[in-house]
Amino acid sequence: MTNKNLLQISNLSKSFESSKGFFRKVKNEVKAVDGVSFEVKQGETLGIVGESGCGKSTTGRLIMRLIEGGKGKINFEGQDVQSLSTKDLRKLRRDIQMIFQDPYASLNPRHTVEKIIEEPLIVHKIGTKEERRKRVAEVMDVVGLSPYHLKRYPHQFSGGQRQRIGIARALVTNPKLIIADEPVSALDVSIQAQVLNLLKDIQVEFGLTYLFIAHDLGVVRHISDRVAVMYLGRIVEIAEVEELFENPKHPYTKALLSSVPVPDPTFEKQEIVLTGEIPSPSNPPSGCTFHTRCNSCMDICKAEKPVLQQIQSGHQVACHLF
Amino acid sequence: MNCDNVLEIKRLNISFMTDKKKINAINNVAFKIKKGEILGLVGESGSGKSITSLSILGLLPSPPAVIEESEILFHDLDLIQASEQQMQKIRGNRISMIFQEPMTSLNPLYTVGNQLLESVQKHQSLSKSEANDICIHTLKSVGLARAEAIMNEYPHQLSGGMRQRVMIAMAMVCQPEILIADEPTTALDVTIQSQILKLMKELNEKTGTSVLFITHDLGVVAEICHRVIVMYGGRIVEEGSVLDVFKNPQHPYTRGLLKSVPDIRNKQDKLYAIPGSVPKPGSIQKGCYFAPRCEFAKDICFENEPEFVQLTEDGHRSRCFLNENVGGATKNDK
Ligand SMILES: Nc1ncnc2c1ncn2[C@@H]1O[C@H](COP(=O)(O)OP(=O)(O)OP(=O)(O)O)[C@@H](O)[C@H]1O
Ligand SMILES: Nc1ncnc2c1ncn2[C@@H]1O[C@H](COP(=O)(O)OP(=O)(O)OP(=O)(O)O)[C@@H](O)[C@H]1O
Ligand SMILES: [Mg+2]
Ligand SMILES: [Mg+2]
Repeated sequence: MTNKNLLQISNLSKSFESSKGFFRKVKNEVKAVDGVSFEVKQGETLGIVGESGCGKSTTGRLIMRLIEGGKGKINFEGQDVQSLSTKDLRKLRRDIQMIFQDPYASLNPRHTVEKIIEEPLIVHKIGTKEERRKRVAEVMDVVGLSPYHLKRYPHQFSGGQRQRIGIARALVTNPKLIIADEPVSALDVSIQAQVLNLLKDIQVEFGLTYLFIAHDLGVVRHISDRVAVMYLGRIVEIAEVEELFENPKHPYTKALLSSVPVPDPTFEKQEIVLTGEIPSPSNPPSGCTFHTRCNSCMDICKAEKPVLQQIQSGHQVACHLF
Repeated sequence: MNCDNVLEIKRLNISFMTDKKKINAINNVAFKIKKGEILGLVGESGSGKSITSLSILGLLPSPPAVIEESEILFHDLDLIQASEQQMQKIRGNRISMIFQEPMTSLNPLYTVGNQLLESVQKHQSLSKSEANDICIHTLKSVGLARAEAIMNEYPHQLSGGMRQRVMIAMAMVCQPEILIADEPTTALDVTIQSQILKLMKELNEKTGTSVLFITHDLGVVAEICHRVIVMYGGRIVEEGSVLDVFKNPQHPYTRGLLKSVPDIRNKQDKLYAIPGSVPKPGSIQKGCYFAPRCEFAKDICFENEPEFVQLTEDGHRSRCFLNENVGGATKNDK
């Protein structure tokens, strides 16, 4: 890992409009991502955690411009992603690849595995037919699929194997950054471990950088170098993995870590119990959006949004306690 | 039947007719649910957890499901033989179920109150105001403080965690003897999951309701279950108290599963991973179902299916030749 930033996001925001009610249409704005800033260093894995709907996937998709209309700055290797031309955007999508959560839905059921993995090369007009064949065989081997799998269709594979196909497809263009959006959530524990090990191995082998989105904190601790915690569209805390898990600062991070069930019946959990409901993202609380569930809420928290600030080297928190 | 058990699956065999072929999905499963216990049911996706629980309530669609040579005793009634009329009196009343996705089992067109009142009045003859009181009391007991208001709200007006609690309220409102919960917290954030688990534990302690808790999360099992059953390929491979199974797992599948979980308490360099993948249903004709993935497999494991051997007095059992030959000599070599 170097200290060079591969990706730098500043003040990224995105709102969706949705309408509610059958008869009287009420315009409703959801701030899916609300002023998010972070950087990803060359060769590292940045984990992003947070509950369902907090904006993790939207953040990942904004970076690849799979969702347009994001406000703020996205800088990838010195280029401003937001202002890329269609041609340069193509090049970007070669350098950044995505792995999706659902290994069933994300693979075209009518295409053979060979075609699925080769497709990004064709889209980006890389290599001759012969060279593409060779490259497909190479990445198949990397993810542990055999050549006789080439002519088969996705439904003939198990969940773990399908996720390997998804990983092979992501690797084939030799990307610099892989955005993995819950890549093991749909898999059984025993298969999940295989895929996590594979992701770690290929990272070392090819010097890859990962943005790893997940909600399973055990998985995140295992795979990440640094971790960002999101709550209702905002980053509330970001730190190196050991620091975050051993020394969490934000009351939400503390509660989150303390409530993870541990597979050990003799373990005495010191749980911090949260009260209150998760607020609706279309109607977020004033001030700090966590204040309605926070155990250390002060007056200022209801009025003022805390900003993400550095409290010690590499550890940033958005909370009025600090 | 022992009066300490509320339910006894004497034996259960389920197959599915697909393309005119009969494919076995549950093979000779037998277990008991004791009064007042929380029994965990874990296992790989497709191992048969959901269909086992659906067969208890007579909810498996047939065809394609074929249930043969099976007997499920609820008190003295065999639920396999029971008429639909008898089952209707039991479902939602003496045995109720919480499904994984709360939206599929709440009707979006009716208020929460409508739906709760209906299930109360269907099974008990109560006046409208008595029924109403019971509903509000139940909603409050699942931690929904705004119970009166929520009675008049529609499911889409509630958050995921609140809906899940409404589901639990609905399942609890008739004070069932058994509550079957199929992955009830999978879709929820851990902070909300933890509230719901506490709630179920409390209800279990207060009302003595037995719970069959289906999950793939071993952490959840360790947290709330008393006993646990581990399934693989339509069979039970291990059963015992949570302490025995987690601290002294006997079946290689259980051991592998426990080792594969990334532990939040410390960072491992490389995770243990069980090699291979789950065999397709019906693809293994003989021998132990786990043998192709088992690092301890011997010749006999590919030939014969091991017996379900009792290892301790209090019912720790495992289906593996490692246990059979030596009668539990593997006990302490973790
Ligand atoms: N295309 C869209 N139109 C309207 N709202 C959207 C759209 N995509 C996302 N949202 C909303 O934006 C918010 C953030 O969604 P997002 O999918 O980024 O969350 P997430 O953190 O990935 O959640 P999960 O863990 O469930 O995948 C949610 O409130 C969601 O309902
Ligand atoms: N309607 C059906 N037709 C054919 N096969 C079925 C049907 N329902 C279930 N099965 C098969 O029965 C087996 C057990 O399914 P079941 O849903 O009980 O698994 P499970 O243990 O609950 O898995 P999961 O953890 O994924 O929920 C699977 O092999 C499944 O494919
Ligand atoms: Mg998402
Ligand atoms: Mg199931």
